[in-house]
Amino acid sequence: MAVAERTIGTSPPRKEDPELITGQARYTDDLTMPGMLHMVVVRSPFAHARIKGVDASKALAMDGVVAVYTGADLAADWAGPLLMAWAVSEDLKNPPHWPLTKDEARHQGDGVAVVLATSRAAAKDAAEAVEVDYEPLPVVVDMEAALADGAPLVHEDQGTNKAYTWSLKNGDVDAVFAAAPVVVKERYVIQRAIPTAIETRAVIADPSPAMGEYTLWSATQIPHIVRVAMVVATGIPESKLRVIAPRVGGGFGSKLQVYAEEALCLLVAKKLGRPVKWVEERSENYLATHHGRDQIQVAELAADEQGKIRGFRFNIMVNMGAYLMIITPGTPLLGAFVYCGCYGGDAYEVNFTGVFTNTTPTDAYRGAGRPEATYAIERIIEALARKVGKDPVEIRRLNFLPAFTEPTPMPGGLSIDSGNYDATLDQALELAGYDQLRKEQQVRRERGDTKQIGIGLSTYLEMCGLAPSRVLKALNYAAGGWDAATIRLSPTGKVQVIAGTSPHGQGHATTFAQIVADDLGIPFDDIEVITGDTTLAPLGMDTYGSRSIAIGGVAVHRAAMKIVEKTRRIAAHELEVSDEDLDYASGTFSVKGAPDRAKTVPGLAWSAWTAHDLPDGMEPGLEETAVYDAANFVFPYGAHICAVEVDTETGQVDILKYVAVDDVGVVINPQIVDGQVAGGVIQGIAEALFEEAVYSDDGQLLTASLTNYEVPAASDVPSIVIGRGPELPSTTNELGVKGVGETGTIASPPAVINAVIDALSHLGVTDVPRPASPENVWRTIRSTRGGDGR
Amino acid sequence: MIPAAFDYEVAESTDHAVQLLGEHGDDAKLLAGGHSLLPLMKLRLARPSVLIDIGGLSDLAYIKDAGDHVEIGALTRMCDIAASDLLRRHCGLIAEAAGQVGDPQVRHRATIGGSLAHGDPASDPPVALLTVDAELVVRGPGGERTVPASGFFTNFFETALGPQDLLTSVRVPKLAAGTGWSYQKFHRRAIDWAIVGVAALVERDDGTVKRAAVGLTNMATTPLRSAGVESALAGRPASAEAFAEAAAHAPEGTNPPSDTNASAEYRTALSSILVRRALEAAVA
Ligand SMILES: Cc1cc2nc3c(=O)[nH]c(=O)nc-3n(C[C@H](O)[C@H](O)[C@H](O)COP(=O)(O)OP(=O)(O)OC[C@H]3O[C@@H](n4cnc5c(N)ncnc54)[C@H](O)[C@@H]3O)c2cc1C
Repeated sequence: MAVAERTIGTSPPRKEDPELITGQARYTDDLTMPGMLHMVVVRSPFAHARIKGVDASKALAMDGVVAVYTGADLAADWAGPLLMAWAVSEDLKNPPHWPLTKDEARHQGDGVAVVLATSRAAAKDAAEAVEVDYEPLPVVVDMEAALADGAPLVHEDQGTNKAYTWSLKNGDVDAVFAAAPVVVKERYVIQRAIPTAIETRAVIADPSPAMGEYTLWSATQIPHIVRVAMVVATGIPESKLRVIAPRVGGGFGSKLQVYAEEALCLLVAKKLGRPVKWVEERSENYLATHHGRDQIQVAELAADEQGKIRGFRFNIMVNMGAYLMIITPGTPLLGAFVYCGCYGGDAYEVNFTGVFTNTTPTDAYRGAGRPEATYAIERIIEALARKVGKDPVEIRRLNFLPAFTEPTPMPGGLSIDSGNYDATLDQALELAGYDQLRKEQQVRRERGDTKQIGIGLSTYLEMCGLAPSRVLKALNYAAGGWDAATIRLSPTGKVQVIAGTSPHGQGHATTFAQIVADDLGIPFDDIEVITGDTTLAPLGMDTYGSRSIAIGGVAVHRAAMKIVEKTRRIAAHELEVSDEDLDYASGTFSVKGAPDRAKTVPGLAWSAWTAHDLPDGMEPGLEETAVYDAANFVFPYGAHICAVEVDTETGQVDILKYVAVDDVGVVINPQIVDGQVAGGVIQGIAEALFEEAVYSDDGQLLTASLTNYEVPAASDVPSIVIGRGPELPSTTNELGVKGVGETGTIASPPAVINAVIDALSHLGVTDVPRPASPENVWRTIRSTRGGDGR
Repeated sequence: MIPAAFDYEVAESTDHAVQLLGEHGDDAKLLAGGHSLLPLMKLRLARPSVLIDIGGLSDLAYIKDAGDHVEIGALTRMCDIAASDLLRRHCGLIAEAAGQVGDPQVRHRATIGGSLAHGDPASDPPVALLTVDAELVVRGPGGERTVPASGFFTNFFETALGPQDLLTSVRVPKLAAGTGWSYQKFHRRAIDWAIVGVAALVERDDGTVKRAAVGLTNMATTPLRSAGVESALAGRPASAEAFAEAAAHAPEGTNPPSDTNASAEYRTALSSILVRRALEAAVA
């Protein structure tokens, strides 16, 4: 019998694409319900203000307006504030975060009231007519200012703007630093970023008043978590609430959140007994959807004279914004273990201080904590290289952990699954043409060209696949990190895969179908993947932290293997041999030594359905569920090299070449992986060169539109040269997979910034602010050359 | 992103447009490509009570040879201007500047008339037209009149157009043979407006600059001509040294804005660098 061809390692056309390409995919805003009302949120224009009164009489008199509710009107209806799931420390301050503020607006865009009307336009007009009496209060946006004595307090009753402190320490750090002949110390500012998914957020709550049931459609990454969180906020029991994430147009962490508008739509739908829709406007998205990054880092390395690292120490201030959202305080912790990068050392210390400011809350943004960690170590290692007179390649090779294929401890305190850091670096150097680039750089230096070349490296270690539930407990996170899959075979051998992770652009349907196709020997086209619906896929922990393949994919594989085990018993029964007498390959059970006597999984699905002749005691049907909780994280790693050309007159930076070598273990679908790498790298380049959320001193977001929040487009970024390194299988899971959703965003910013610094190193430049915008680079050059740029 | 309520009228002809403007007075706005007006309306920064749609006036969409000048109808889209052989032959600077506007989608909607009437000092085509001394043809309640580009831009988003005026065409003088030109647009992303832009024309006589015209984008509340640079160049050799010296005059008379993309100080520094580069490119 012909063995089905393996699909793993190939790139069949994505199952998702036909409806996306033809515009037939239905996003939340495409859905409409009979009798639906439209909600618009009245938001504070002030970053900090007392709400002295709200007069909705004009709005209520307008055509089509059904209701206006203020924070005070709804105060008694909430079961609790919005969920904050990560109380990282004992000293954490967690002021309640209500869906509409009751008394004070604490950031520009804080919700003050909602207007419900029969059309979106009417709701929008009426929202303008709601008169709010604000008493402006003192504002603080800068973290260092917020911690100073006498700073205005974001939450007066907390008595401080310090949200928490958290530390991780391995070894005798102080002694290592005291004894080290070489110490380098630098300060880095990681600017605030705004995730900017193409689809803004959108919510519909559809009540069934007679039944007391609700369906909530939301452009979310986390329908399962939202469902639990809505119990906390609204008191609607889970048994009465179905959450659906239909097609979702990108998230990057910004939809890994439990938002006020989800709770508001539900509550208002409950009060009015009508469906309620809210669609976020683009400029509203900049204020009302969480931001990311925003750290001030002090990085230190202790080393010997050769530059061999002995100790790591990082002191980090993290901007929380005005409230703690679902994992605001925990986001930096996701990077806490990888501040050592892929380097060895004896002592390790990371300290975080969370700070409240009158700004939009921050939370997870693609990479969440790990881009910040990688930036710190990949910058400071170059500072060490300069100090000991080594080139950036040499300093890294000196410090790499040796290659390994069995779990191995690293300075951050975790055990890594597999890695060969020299191998990815070798490949990256070759793909980049490193030696040739260095020669070209030399030629331009000697000629004194206006445009100088710089080469930047980033050799990174990531941890992802969130997360072993026991580790989450140890870190005080409120939930687990497992995921689930159910596989159901129809009588004719077609397959439903029901997965608990929830895609928003990643291609789960394609990748999961490939795993199942290979496990069960069933054609890719006969496999349907169902996600993003708490009724159809009741068990799940959703999609973030590069977990969908490393956790969700493994659950899919395990469910498929349970199907194999059940069908094996049916096959053995039908062939009248024992289970052990059967060989299994790609969907076919054959008798050892008599390969012609065989049964296939689709045929056995029929047997399971008719149940005419099953082994004694076996239940009919073919449906299996697996829930997978990983014993460890997975650890992608790699080497990125960026070559830039810097115009030393204007400060303009152009990327000449970008090489990304990422070992993400076993690759299921190369095209999808390439897409994740390229997209991630570009998002990281955007942070390095383009994007920055800028607040004025009085807390106005100055970059609140796509015209001045500089998201680059295809024409502004290079094509990415991609390599995969040695493709060492992860030892954490039996698929050998790691994660790939965040590698690019984690690795690329320091590669780009190191390149810009390298291009200007002959002028004595050792630092450049992020983003390395033309003006920032120009200022850097001017300050080094004594003011005139010459 | 929902505009305030407005009424909508479609102009069937140029006369009809003028008539509608007369009827609706100051509350009306003409709608051409909509790529400046509609974003402002969606942000509710503009709230006209009536829109008069002139987008369908195909008799105002043309580029034609009119002897000593090329005439461009006000409804001509940027993409057609950028692709015009006639303009490339006689005044390539205009085609080049139009080709630098936004991205292909924007260029297929945005019109030259809208770009001028909007009066945004950060826009590219107005500076190019100012630099070549174009003339604008306007139909108003009192009939037709022409306005030189140098007298058209009066302030930030303000022009010589009255509330009942319709811009019908632009007359672009043909450049003398051998005139070099360049448009240097400095921006961060391809789709962005210029942080600073420089349009330059250099007419030479035997290696000497006979006439130079230099225009600056986004260096003041209106598009600007750089008199300081122009006079510093007249009669000088068309050399790198002369260009550099003249370029040092670029900041004179400017009043650049500061925003999240660039400070005024940086724009000032850029203006000299870009003027020098534009002059060099014009004669290259
Ligand atoms: C994403 C994006 C990027 C852009 N990038 C650039 C850029 O890089 N460089 C650049 O120069 N521009 C840029 N633009 C602006 C674009 O070129 C404008 O659309 C154009 O300048 C205005 O033309 P319009 O036909 O769209 O005018 P509209 O928006 O229709 O009208 C603009 C104003 O002019 C008035 N008006 C229009 N036509 C006439 C007329 N015939 N007579 C009298 N008044 C009239 C209108 O009433 C309105 O007040 C960009 C626009 C967008 C949306």
